[in-house]
Amino acid sequence: MDINPILLLAALMVASTPILLAAIGELVVERAGVLNLGVEGMMITGAVCGYIVGHGTENPYFGFVGAAFAGAALSFVFAALTQFLLTNQVATGLGLTMFGLGLASLIGQGATGSSDLIVGKLNLPIISDIPVIGRILFQHDPIVYVSLLLVAGTWWFLSKSRAGLILRAVGENHDAAHALGYNVRLMRVLAILFGGACAGLAGSYISLVRVPQWIDGITSGAGWIALAIVVFASWNPWRLIAGAYLFGGVTVLQLNLQAEGLKIPTEYLSMAPYLATILVLVVIRAGRAPGSLGKSFHPSS
Amino acid sequence: MKRRTLLATGAGAAMAAALGLPARAQDKTKVGFIYVGPINDGGWTQHHHHSALEMVEHFGDAVELVYQESVPEGPDAERAITQMARGGADIIFTTSFGFMDPTVNVAANFPDVKFEHATGYKQADNVSVYSARFYEGRAIQGTLAGRMTKTNKIGYIASVPIPEVIRGINSAYLHAKKVNPDVEFKIIWIFEWLNPAKEADAAKALIEQGCDVVLQHTDSTAPHQAAKEAGNVYTFGQAADMAEYGPMPRISSIIDNWAPYYIERVQAVIDGTWTSVNTWDGIAPGMVGIGEISDAVPADVKAEAEALRDAIAAGEYHPFTGPINKQDGTPWLAEGEIANDGDLAGMFFFVEGVEGDIPS
Amino acid sequence: MFKLEKRPQPSKVWTFGAPILAVVLTIILGMGLFAILGKDPILATKVIFWDPLFGEFADLDRPDVIKKAAPLILIAIGLSFGFRAGIWNIGAEGQYIIGAITGAALALSFYPMEARWLIFPLTILFGALGGLVWAMIPALLRVYFKTNEILVSLMLVYVAEVLIKAMAIGALRDPDGFGMPGSRDLRRFASAANPDLITGSGIHLGVVAALLSVVAAYIALTRHQFGFDVRLAGQSPRAAAFSGVNPSRLILVCMAISGALAGLAGVFEVTGPSGKILGSFPTYYGFTAIIVAFLGRLHPVGILLAGILLALTYIGGNLAEQSLGLPAAAIKCFQGLLLFSLLGVDLLTNYRIKLRSKGKAQ
Repeated sequence: MDINPILLLAALMVASTPILLAAIGELVVERAGVLNLGVEGMMITGAVCGYIVGHGTENPYFGFVGAAFAGAALSFVFAALTQFLLTNQVATGLGLTMFGLGLASLIGQGATGSSDLIVGKLNLPIISDIPVIGRILFQHDPIVYVSLLLVAGTWWFLSKSRAGLILRAVGENHDAAHALGYNVRLMRVLAILFGGACAGLAGSYISLVRVPQWIDGITSGAGWIALAIVVFASWNPWRLIAGAYLFGGVTVLQLNLQAEGLKIPTEYLSMAPYLATILVLVVIRAGRAPGSLGKSFHPSS
Repeated sequence: MKRRTLLATGAGAAMAAALGLPARAQDKTKVGFIYVGPINDGGWTQHHHHSALEMVEHFGDAVELVYQESVPEGPDAERAITQMARGGADIIFTTSFGFMDPTVNVAANFPDVKFEHATGYKQADNVSVYSARFYEGRAIQGTLAGRMTKTNKIGYIASVPIPEVIRGINSAYLHAKKVNPDVEFKIIWIFEWLNPAKEADAAKALIEQGCDVVLQHTDSTAPHQAAKEAGNVYTFGQAADMAEYGPMPRISSIIDNWAPYYIERVQAVIDGTWTSVNTWDGIAPGMVGIGEISDAVPADVKAEAEALRDAIAAGEYHPFTGPINKQDGTPWLAEGEIANDGDLAGMFFFVEGVEGDIPS
Repeated sequence: MFKLEKRPQPSKVWTFGAPILAVVLTIILGMGLFAILGKDPILATKVIFWDPLFGEFADLDRPDVIKKAAPLILIAIGLSFGFRAGIWNIGAEGQYIIGAITGAALALSFYPMEARWLIFPLTILFGALGGLVWAMIPALLRVYFKTNEILVSLMLVYVAEVLIKAMAIGALRDPDGFGMPGSRDLRRFASAANPDLITGSGIHLGVVAALLSVVAAYIALTRHQFGFDVRLAGQSPRAAAFSGVNPSRLILVCMAISGALAGLAGVFEVTGPSGKILGSFPTYYGFTAIIVAFLGRLHPVGILLAGILLALTYIGGNLAEQSLGLPAAAIKCFQGLLLFSLLGVDLLTNYRIKLRSKGKAQ
């Protein structure tokens, strides 16, 4: 066996970070009762904008911030359409993906290339050198930890803060929340913008750290996987980590098993996470999905 | 046989002029290209496009280039080729295997237009096929890989299980084994030609499993980036020279150089001497270019690899020369026997010593 | 400040006016986009919308528009019932792929037998059944486990995409194909081929099926109890329950219709225009059809027009790429803009916009 489980676990964390980032944003959006299927479009727009800003300023961190803004800007189109013009969320989200893929490709036409920006790795004096755990957990780039902090922050926000309570109320039953005097629309717009920013950041992680380069179509479906993970996690932030690492883990493991020369039916292994997601949906039943998910809200009714 | 183009009609021409588009003189030869990927994919399509631009540069005003990028294989390809043919193209290059049937179908409807299909095997009176003997370059990569590895583990990022990719693996393996009997190949199939994220993950997995040389049959530079980050790992440019990653990790490359062929074929159209041919060229005429072997390679190894390159170019040596057994131990080529092109074209087996199965 | 007021009845004027306004809006936005890219906006718009239908080579383009529109319409019609009733099958892409696989697998299992009277109908039937079965998974899970059909049907798209890639290099790979991926070309297998009924017209049986589905859907929605149930369930699930509509049955029937029609589109495509099972077979017809269904306001005639409009942007877009050098990406952006404005102006149909006077209660 040449597979080194320590390196495998460490690689898994990096491979899972973009989908985790995009998923945490989408989770908040869905908890607010909005289904945005445009994650892939926002992600790739973030990837190209992050790459261009990062290289323009020669600072990857500006790139990450720029990508988050780009993702949020694109998600504002979705917010305006679904919240103010009351368009159907499914169709608008699909349109956003189409538009985002086109836009990113247009923006990035002259920018194709690989990134030579260096994103430092965490190197703490003692902790990073702990055998096994140090290598797995404490030698990554800062964005890996940002993604985990975002998960923790989201958990805290949703379950402990008052604003989070309102957001959940809006997602469960927007009419009741409205009757209680909460601003449903504002809450949802903010959630959508947060989702867009996370998706943008996720995209720039691919173009600035993980691959790192800009090529048309570089996200290659990661945004769709993020959507699956949110469901897999049954809208629970902590489970999102498990979901992201499962999806990311299957990819990394599958490559490692192949290199090991084991005869594995790659295609069936790639299906496994999606089937697992369906299984989770069946096991948890419907009650857990936010009650108003995907429904339009108009205050006068 | 010149057809009027869409732009050349009435108002369209005036607008084109206003836009600063070159006016279409009737005596220009119109050359069309159908690409499977975006022209800036960094690999396969980009090199066809570069070669096309080189061809245009060679002819100057005598030719006009039209192209369509990111054409999906299937019915969309047939439409794109048809649109190009009726738009007045005199010769159309379709640059992906998946365009084979669409090309042949459209060619039947446009007997006056010449078609050139890359990597396929269906010829017709107005359809030529052309391809490159990349396996010749793989032999040189294998030699370098076998000499350079210290761990004796060589990683191979394979794309789609088709004969061309399998030939490459076999050729690289045979030549690595020849110079270093202890080598072992670790092969990862990613089932795509270009997926930087997956290529990066595959390269990282190979490196983490102890490979210190990574060969790739995929188009992006992501594996080089992963190798650079890891340190002591050698890689090879694919399709492009990828010289920006030299002298380490990239120590050499296989360069797709279609320009001489494109110039030759367009010239034939201009001269009216075009006939349907089946071209399968290698290092000798320059279709397969071997990128500069970098200084990271010791001088004697470099000389050995260059000698191999020259022997292949001179026709003195064929990378598939017996004795070679198939993976299951059955004999394929006897001592001194050279593989015939038919066997090579349809090669769908590993040679003895390669581990793992071809996915199917 | 503006205020929206829900109309008691959708506005008749805006039902027809809104789409026209949207197209005008898109063209203005699109022209801006083309101008930014340095292309003549008027010429680009003409090439995209006019030339495929009435341009110099329209005789060759119209069949392509038809071929592209047919599967979009067929799938969108199937989806429209469920969408009206509040049943969200967004996995039509998966059902479309599975229909193509099952149909092609059946046809190829008979290869090279010559018995079109038997094989062709069976192929089509298996295609429809494949799509139907794939759609029954989210339907049954919704009925018996109350799972969200949006998410399950979406997951099954991914599974179908993996499956067709595996089929193209595995079980269905052409044994005479020199090891290249992809199945045998079904267009060259006379017993299963779905060619143009009149050569070069673009009209194959899938196009006929699409038109029939429009007519059938129109009749079902306006003249039939089922259409009434669907509309009632969409407007007021409670009222539907009181009037005896069985919600579970409605879910199963709506999903079955959309799955079967998506499967049909898949099998007509694989035996006709496409010919082969390929890794690149998923052509996003299934997702695009969702857009078509909404553009057509879930009305059969609207879907027919929307399908043609979207097909036009594809064909015209390709023309613009070749003749004007407009990047493929610009066409995608343009389609996105078209969708946004069509969805956006829909508001005018159902709501009245009122100026809110300051300080006064309404």
